[in-house]
Order: sequence, then C-alpha cells, then structure tokens
Amino acid sequence: MEIVTIIFVVSGLFFFFAASIGLLRFPDFYARMHATGKGDTLGALLVVVGLAIYTLFEGGFELESILTSIKIIFIAVFIFLANPTATHAIFKAGLDSGVVPWTKEGAR
Amino acid sequence: MINKHDDIIIETLSRLLTPFIQAFGLYVLCLGHYSPGGGFQGGVLVAASFILLVIAYDIKEAKSRLTEKWNIVLNSAGVFVYAGIGLLCLILGANFLDYSVLSKILPVGPEEARALGILGVEIGVEITVAACLVSIFLDLASRGEHEEALK
Repeated sequence: MEIVTIIFVVSGLFFFFAASIGLLRFPDFYARMHATGKGDTLGALLVVVGLAIYTLFEGGFELESILTSIKIIFIAVFIFLANPTATHAIFKAGLDSGVVPWTKEGAR
Repeated sequence: MINKHDDIIIETLSRLLTPFIQAFGLYVLCLGHYSPGGGFQGGVLVAASFILLVIAYDIKEAKSRLTEKWNIVLNSAGVFVYAGIGLLCLILGANFLDYSVLSKILPVGPEEARALGILGVEIGVEITVAACLVSIFLDLASRGEHEEALK
C-alpha cells in the first residue's frame, strides 16, 4: 500500500507547488488568494489522507493505528471546512477595505 | 470585528466549529499526562473558540453568551480550584500540593491520587487561563470600554 501513499502525497505536493507558483506569479491580491485558497486546501487534504492510509496499513489494522488514522482524518475534515472559509473571510476583508482588482491595461 | 449578520458563511462555520475547538481543548487537557498539552494549552484553545465567535459576530453577541460577570467568576474559580487542592493537601497533613495524601479521601492508592490531583490542578489552570485570555482580548478589542464591570 506504500504506492497509494506515494501517489497521494506526490499529487498533494503538486497542488502545493501550483499554489506557490500562483502566489508568486499572479498580479494582484484576489488572484493570489484564488490560487492559494484552492491549491492549499486540496494539497493539504491529499497529503493528510495519504498519511492516514500509510498509518492504517503500517500499523496492521490494530486499534492504535485505527485511532491515529481517525484523528488524521479529523484534521483533514477541519482543514477542508476552515481553509475555504478563511480564504473567503480574507477576500471579503480585502474587498471591504477597498483593494481594487487588477485589470489588463486597455481592456475596459 | 465586522458587524453582526455581515457574512452568513463565516458566522455559520464559526458557530459550527466552536464546540469542536472546545472539545479539542478538553482533549488536550486530559492528554497532558503523557503527551504535549496540559491546562494552559487547553485553556488557550477554549479562549480561541470564544475569540473566533467575537471575530465572526460582534462583541455584544459574544458578551451575551459569556457576560463579564461570569467571566470574572470563572477567572477566580480556577484559582480557587488550584489553591483549594493545595490547601486540602495541607489540611490532610502534607506539604502544599503534595497530592499523595489525597488517597485518604479518595478511594484510590497514593500513586493514582497523585495523578488525579495533578488533573484537578490542571482543570483549575484551564478555567483560569481561558477566562483570563478572554478578558484580556475583550479589553483590547473594545478599547477598554467595560460595559458591565465598572457600573
């Protein structure tokens, strides 16, 4: 089952990598939040689920490893709930305090 | 400190997450014997759940759930629990906070009485830290306007 863990973690790292590139390369606040908000959520979710699967199979389905896996899954669920909401809150705070969205020169 | 009913997504999610954060605070408290954690850390988590409510709603709504009067009462109750357990050990004839003599009044041996005494002290620390951090946060966030306490 290590191959499944490797697939999960590497695909999660790919999303983290894409989010980092978006954070560095995108032109303004909103586009950067767009990149990191989505990429971080899915990346963290995939990495954490991969670790949960690894713990479950490495511990051989003993009670202790099942409990550890359930705790890791809880972390994944709360990241999945809290991260998009935090992104939404930061977005809304930026909009309320008057950050102007970027537009291409000449368009509009 | 956005206004109340400003954003339904943030309000709903913070209301849903608050009991889980508080339960995690109690979990950290109980796990403090044999892993990282303890009274202070659990109290900080409980206070953080309340601060989340203040940020998502407004201060008035949060103060209607935990009034300043009850905040001060909880603040003192934690210290009372801590000092009370210590003084109980003094009364039973040992040093201050020497928990092993608690086996005279608890139906357990001295070793287990020591663990339970530490747990009781940690509960006191948790209550005090949570109430104290909430009151510090409310003082800072409301710019020192005490609505009830100074009346």
